Amino acid sequence: MSVTASVRKPLITGGKTAHDVTEDICRQVEGKPSKLWFTAMAISLGALAVGGYALIMTLWHGIGMWGLNKTVGWAWDITNFVWWVGIGHAGTLISAILLLFRQKWRMSINRAAEAMTIFAVICAAQFPLVHMGRLWLGFYWALPLPNTFGSLWVNFNSPLLWDVFAISTYFSVSLVFWYIGLIPDFATIRDRAQNKISKAIYGALSFGWDGAAKTWMRYESVALILAGLATPLVLSVHTIVSFDFATSVIPGWHTTIFPPYFVAGAIFSGFAMVQTLLLVTRKVYKLEHYITINHIELMNIIIMVTGSIVGIAYITEFVIAFYSGVEYEEYAFINRMTGPYWWAYWSMMTCNVISPQLFWVKKIRTNLAATFILSIVVNIGMWFERFVIIVTSLHRDYIPSSWAMFTPTFYDIGVYLFTFGLFFTAFFLFAKFFPVINLAEVKSILKSDSLKSKKEETINEMQEVQDLENN
Amino acid sequence: MESGKNYLVGIYDDEDVMLNAVKQVRESGVKIHEVFTPFPVHGLEDALGYRRSRLPIAAFLFGLTGTTLALTMMFYMMGFDWPMNIGGKDFAPLPTFIPVTFEMTVLLSAFGMVGTFFVVSNLKPYGKPKIFDIRSTDDKHVMAIDLAKNHLSSEEITGILNQSGASEVNTKNFD
Repeated sequence: MSVTASVRKPLITGGKTAHDVTEDICRQVEGKPSKLWFTAMAISLGALAVGGYALIMTLWHGIGMWGLNKTVGWAWDITNFVWWVGIGHAGTLISAILLLFRQKWRMSINRAAEAMTIFAVICAAQFPLVHMGRLWLGFYWALPLPNTFGSLWVNFNSPLLWDVFAISTYFSVSLVFWYIGLIPDFATIRDRAQNKISKAIYGALSFGWDGAAKTWMRYESVALILAGLATPLVLSVHTIVSFDFATSVIPGWHTTIFPPYFVAGAIFSGFAMVQTLLLVTRKVYKLEHYITINHIELMNIIIMVTGSIVGIAYITEFVIAFYSGVEYEEYAFINRMTGPYWWAYWSMMTCNVISPQLFWVKKIRTNLAATFILSIVVNIGMWFERFVIIVTSLHRDYIPSSWAMFTPTFYDIGVYLFTFGLFFTAFFLFAKFFPVINLAEVKSILKSDSLKSKKEETINEMQEVQDLENN
Repeated sequence: MESGKNYLVGIYDDEDVMLNAVKQVRESGVKIHEVFTPFPVHGLEDALGYRRSRLPIAAFLFGLTGTTLALTMMFYMMGFDWPMNIGGKDFAPLPTFIPVTFEMTVLLSAFGMVGTFFVVSNLKPYGKPKIFDIRSTDDKHVMAIDLAKNHLSSEEITGILNQSGASEVNTKNFD
């Protein structure tokens, strides 16, 4: 039994009972897919097909199909990689860090956010895999296997190899964390299933869950430890991603501020993506009583805070470049702001530093349309942040004869489109066949945090005050 | 009466009523087989007198295995099997081994613990659960009592369950 102050806003509105929760969420899984779903799926499959063509051409002819050149050897691929990995971070933050902080508002949004994490990491992984060129030889280069042409091993001094370990651990641990949470809900669907096929499928997925008190006790213990493991893990992942740049000696990359700055940026863009996805899901599935304005406002506050951290990091970077007195470092930053890529820099500054400050206004952060637009603006800004860091630092080499510009080709854009197709196809499949809200967790807070219980509590309190006054 | 196959099943609508009922039923000397709930109810494990889960210990031991494995692997490969001069760095540079060590620790700890959880809780694909009441994954709290393990009669236990606030008391037979 937990006691929550009645002054806190209710997390679940609409006087829902545990049975209502089951009905509301399972209805989406059990019903036939709507026309809207088929349309959305068709669009994302279209993107997957067009992008797939670009991907196959890239694999067939090599990465020369991209707009890379001798000076700018890293551009869209790693920009997209960092962008997708960053988006994934919000899911783990919601499910793990907010669990450790006992923030109950996570319960309505953690399922979809974790799904987003997993799909985003899959999308991110495409880029380093394709950039290896001969993908089929990647195992020898990335995994600690003896080289077939000798006894060389992988180089454990390289941040690129740390990335292999970080991303694969992050992906698999997130997947397990997500799946553990899904098991009890799959059991609910299994026990409601009408036809044999769904009974068999959800029966297999639910692993024979029966909801015994002993299993729940172990489950809670597992969830807590996994949250404890996932918290440093998620922070380590973007830290290691930032090492790819920070441990090199390129002016503009070689800075110690990168790890915290990347992690803050990751959470910033991840929450924006959660908003984009959940605002649509909430509307289509009529989940207004579960994902309330309160939830949206809280997420907007996180976007505002992390956006401000990112803004401070940009300014700090700038000041430190001047303070260092290193000519190359100073030039890298002046060039970012006023060089040929000034438009990318100022897009980044506008989208990431100025736009989230609008959330100081309560009317804006509780407005759905404004939140939706700003969530997309933030993700555009975060894409530009990675582009600015990567391309503007590279395109002015030490020797002016090596100076170059980067222009994406159709294949650069195509592979990016492919990951969008992949992400949305996976997300729509999830939204149709999996429960989009964690049933068990939401049911567990109905008594303490629903509007119904809050009202009863308030009435009781008022009664007590009256009784006291009468006496 | 067949032994071990006849159960009395008390259905409760509310978790707090059920939690009190568990205490009452146990105080009146009835052994509870298990309670099935649609969501985790805090304090239920204490009311049922369960020992705390030792899964955190398993997680720690698996984590320790991960740490050892990662460090052994890297020192062996880079320091002994094929030492390479990479930018004049030490052959066994501990600081650059930390990220991989950390990741391996987390990986083994998480997978080891979850694997242990699946094994001890008998969770597996196509695992066939014993379902006492199908509503226990929806909104009902279900208390199962094995009649063969209790010396009180079925009628007496039914009385106790009803008194403790059960909304229904059914019998369940597994063949």
